[in-house]
Amino acid sequence: MRGETRLLARILVAGLMNVGVYALLAVGFSLIFGAARIINLCHTGFYMIGAYSMFLLVVSRGWPVLWAIFATLVVVAVLGIAVYKLIIDPLREHEATVLIVTLATAVLIQEVLLILFGGHFRGMPSLIPGYTTVLGVRVTYQYLLTLGVVAVASLGLWAMLQRTRLGIAIRATAQDREVANLMGMDVTRVATVTMAIGVALAGVAGIMVAPIYVLEPHMWQPPLVTILAVVVLGGLGSIKGSFVGAVILAFAEVLVVFLVPQGAFLKAALALGLMLAILLIRPEGLFGVAFEGER
Amino acid sequence: MWRYVTGELLVLPTRVVGLAACLGLLALPLVTRDPYVLRVVTLASILAVFAASWDLLTGFSGQINLGHALFFGVAAYTSALLNLRLGLSPWLTILAGGAMAVLVALVVGIPCLRLKGPYLSLATLAFPIMLTGLIFAFPGFFGGELGVSGLTRLAGTRLREYYLALGAMLVLVFAMWKITDSRLGIIFHAIREDEVAVRASGINTTRYKLLAFCLSGLFAGLAGGMYAHFLRIAGPALLAMFFSFQAIIWTIFGGVATIYGPVVGVFILYPVLEILRVVREIRMLGFALMVLVLLRFMPEGIVPWLEHRLEPECPRCRSRNAFTRRSCRVCGTAMGRPSSCPGRATRSA
Repeated sequence: MRGETRLLARILVAGLMNVGVYALLAVGFSLIFGAARIINLCHTGFYMIGAYSMFLLVVSRGWPVLWAIFATLVVVAVLGIAVYKLIIDPLREHEATVLIVTLATAVLIQEVLLILFGGHFRGMPSLIPGYTTVLGVRVTYQYLLTLGVVAVASLGLWAMLQRTRLGIAIRATAQDREVANLMGMDVTRVATVTMAIGVALAGVAGIMVAPIYVLEPHMWQPPLVTILAVVVLGGLGSIKGSFVGAVILAFAEVLVVFLVPQGAFLKAALALGLMLAILLIRPEGLFGVAFEGER
Repeated sequence: MWRYVTGELLVLPTRVVGLAACLGLLALPLVTRDPYVLRVVTLASILAVFAASWDLLTGFSGQINLGHALFFGVAAYTSALLNLRLGLSPWLTILAGGAMAVLVALVVGIPCLRLKGPYLSLATLAFPIMLTGLIFAFPGFFGGELGVSGLTRLAGTRLREYYLALGAMLVLVFAMWKITDSRLGIIFHAIREDEVAVRASGINTTRYKLLAFCLSGLFAGLAGGMYAHFLRIAGPALLAMFFSFQAIIWTIFGGVATIYGPVVGVFILYPVLEILRVVREIRMLGFALMVLVLLRFMPEGIVPWLEHRLEPECPRCRSRNAFTRRSCRVCGTAMGRPSSCPGRATRSA
């Protein structure tokens, strides 16, 4: 009995952690898809940059943590804007070309990090040391910090989208680009700002997982597949959908890993199978709206 | 036939270059028998069929398939298992691989064609990853991470394999090109441009999209079987996400919706990636940078970019002319200066 409670608690803790990371990544991806109408395959590349930048600044350079976080966010956002302005925006009309160039950008990021840091697995110490015990399972403060940051970031994003002029502009652009443009919004600027916000969220996810996960230059690939499944499951462009999708897939993955033998191999297969099953019932995802033909 | 040769093949610069390249490849073994060079060209030929089959589906019918490696990998595994477990000859297993890929295309296509746009792309992305999970979960049957190896060779000697792959590539690509030129190709093209309008004209678009899936699966499957028998191994790398994306990279780089574009893309990029092995550390970096920079300035791909410059369209009768001509070869109208904006409407994929 006691073993079962502990297993349950462990599943809960690991699941919540995954929910946090996937939600941050998927919401950013979804925002960018909504405002800029692009599938940004280098999204998790920025998550990786965030993690590595923390490693560089805190472990190698010995910066104070808060300064390092601030610097990392600025770097990630500036890189996001640069990628959007230099590469994506000029090619926006060619949908398939955008797919390829964002993928090439992700490979570029991977290779640059490989050259700078080598292919070794890296780890870094927790941002705050110590742990507490919940239901007999050891939970480090780092986990709690991550959950807290995810909650704050999500609430902040929600408030920004609902209450500020910028948020309204982003939602309007996502809803109908042409009409938003006719209402006098500079849609290119809105898209650029959204790109910066989206990749900064990915950067936050990277900063938070840097002390927990192993850092290596291929770490962008597994979450990319999962967040693609998350956003499709929830409905492309829907923020609420991304959250719900993240909860469903994160717990599904953790359950498979904990309960099924060979589960780690079937993790991605299950996530995607679930996505397909939901798509076959609702072709536009859980909270998506079927797009009336784009103009 | 002869009129086609004198009227098109020998007067348009890109056709001349294409013809010369085909003849050059056929004559290559006269110049060098270096096994490495032959191997690179053989693999490029097989992969060219794979890339062109993606173009047939996505370039023409506009259904963006991000999991094209599924067809290739399934066919490779089918060929490998039939060859190893039942001892069938490569000719049979390659055909069986193609048939299996068509079957898979039906299984994937029937449910997925309810989906549209990005939803369809991301759903197709899922299938090869799910299959990879199964392969890892049942290592006894599929050989797990190492794959299935020790297959019969495609043909007895390297030279025979070279001509077999090259010949198959020329025949299959020509077949695909003819398909896209036919009534069927026009329907695919129309579905990409405006599916609602096509349905309104009384055409069952779902059936044609399914047909596009199956045809594309067939060609990709034949390529997959040949690949497995040439390398004598079928492994999970053939189902990897990056392998699907490579077909897309080659096609977009060469020029989408042309069929011959992907072939050009493969024959440029595949050898380049081989040459870059010299500088192992920055191999992928150089590759990614090259793709980025070239696509940034030629978003339509390299073949359409060249066509616009080497073969301007006649302003009156829209036939193509070599850039050297002052007047149109068909109607005699004076050719203006080559305009900076291409005469052909920009294609949106």
